Amino acid sequence: MKTTPFTDKHIALGAKMHEFAGYNMPIEYPTGINAEHLAVCHSVGVFDVSHMGEFWVKGENALTFMQRVCSNDIAGLAIGKAQYNCFPNGKGGIVDDLIVYHYEQNKYMLVINAANIDKDWAWLNSNKIDGVVIENASDNIAQLAIQGPKATEVLQKLTSIKLTDIPYYAFTVGEFAGAKDVIISNTGYTGAGGFELYFYPQYGEIIWKAIFEAGKEFDIKPIGLGARDTLRLEMGFCLYGHEIDDTTSPIEAGLGWITKPAEGKNLIDGELYTEQRKNGTSRKLIGFEMKEKAIPRQGYEITDGKGNVIGVATSGCMSPTAKVGVGMAYVKPEFTKAGTEIAVLIRNKEVKAEVVKPPFRKL
Amino acid sequence: MNIPSNLKYSKDHEWVRVEGDMAFIGITDFAQSELGEIVIVDITTEGETLASEEVFGSIEAVKTVSDLFMPVGGEILEVNPKLEDNPELVNTDPYGEGWMVKVKLTNAVEVNDLLDAEAYKALIA
Repeated sequence: MKTTPFTDKHIALGAKMHEFAGYNMPIEYPTGINAEHLAVCHSVGVFDVSHMGEFWVKGENALTFMQRVCSNDIAGLAIGKAQYNCFPNGKGGIVDDLIVYHYEQNKYMLVINAANIDKDWAWLNSNKIDGVVIENASDNIAQLAIQGPKATEVLQKLTSIKLTDIPYYAFTVGEFAGAKDVIISNTGYTGAGGFELYFYPQYGEIIWKAIFEAGKEFDIKPIGLGARDTLRLEMGFCLYGHEIDDTTSPIEAGLGWITKPAEGKNLIDGELYTEQRKNGTSRKLIGFEMKEKAIPRQGYEITDGKGNVIGVATSGCMSPTAKVGVGMAYVKPEFTKAGTEIAVLIRNKEVKAEVVKPPFRKL
Repeated sequence: MNIPSNLKYSKDHEWVRVEGDMAFIGITDFAQSELGEIVIVDITTEGETLASEEVFGSIEAVKTVSDLFMPVGGEILEVNPKLEDNPELVNTDPYGEGWMVKVKLTNAVEVNDLLDAEAYKALIA
């Protein structure tokens, strides 16, 4: 199993460790998922997300290549900005979802899912054109996400870069806690605000120590993958392998906003998306909330409440904030309106639920 | 890890406390710690007679759901009423307040097939 620069720290902190995408990762620490989740919502927490993959795409034809393989309009992405994207797979599905950073002229950093590093590598290389160099830097870049309303205050103690000058989905490269060339990015996967830091693994030790020292006054907590999932689910963010995969289109996943057609983009599956936008899709992603005490899970069938199956759940959990079961599901288009009564088939019983537009927590 | 010596254990991490021809059943300290915070205990089999290894209910943590298996056959006489509103009792007191069902044993000798504390300790080691 692969490790991150922080694996020993997680074990020393008593985390429940499990294999995730080939890495030995913390699922939760001894205080549990709920406490971690609430710490991020109300104060600040630190996620080790060093397992995430990073590719560099460089060269004179980098933009042309990126416009073809990435769903969003890369031409409109200024240097210093980040953008959410997916890779269409040529069959209407999604190879992976990712964040693209426009690092400098003709140079982009692509942050991809750990479980998809090999698949993405093969896919990008099979579509590569002349004048493009792709580099897999995944093993040379560590990542921490510091999230929550107190994140900026904590991190500001450790750098002279003015963090409030970095807008949402923008980044700066500079010195942080004595570490050089740290990418400080105003992004995250929690909806709670904060930053993501990318740095060379050898700086892991000093950065971890500095952040926890600086965060003491706010009772800063390490956060595992369990709370990472409940936090993103409460926001209604898609997770690869759940809401999106090789068989789901971004249009039906509600990600039409990252497939904006652009002049001369020549996007893989671009025409299909135009057609789907015009004619609709046979299913759409919704959020829903349970009306009875029950928890939906990935794979549970969704019904109309009268015994007819209308879809399937893609994620679910007991919302640590709302204290009700919440989930996401693909359903037939006629059941997508907020307020629509549906049911979830849980252990052969139809349990009442209602279509709700995420987020599931008040922000 | 707490593994009381007066109880019997199943490979599915349930414990059994025999009292005459009755028995109390719950999940072990190891099981609750693996699951994490329990948020729902869903047992709707009261009054049913189930065989050993049949599912008698489900237990839900924030992120996972697990079936509960009968360690021995029996009739479900009672479901712990406190778990409806306080499922976390399974975490805080798995062998006491967190018991799940009281059963009338179908065949008391089945208990002999279960693990003792030593054997269960070896299983989870």
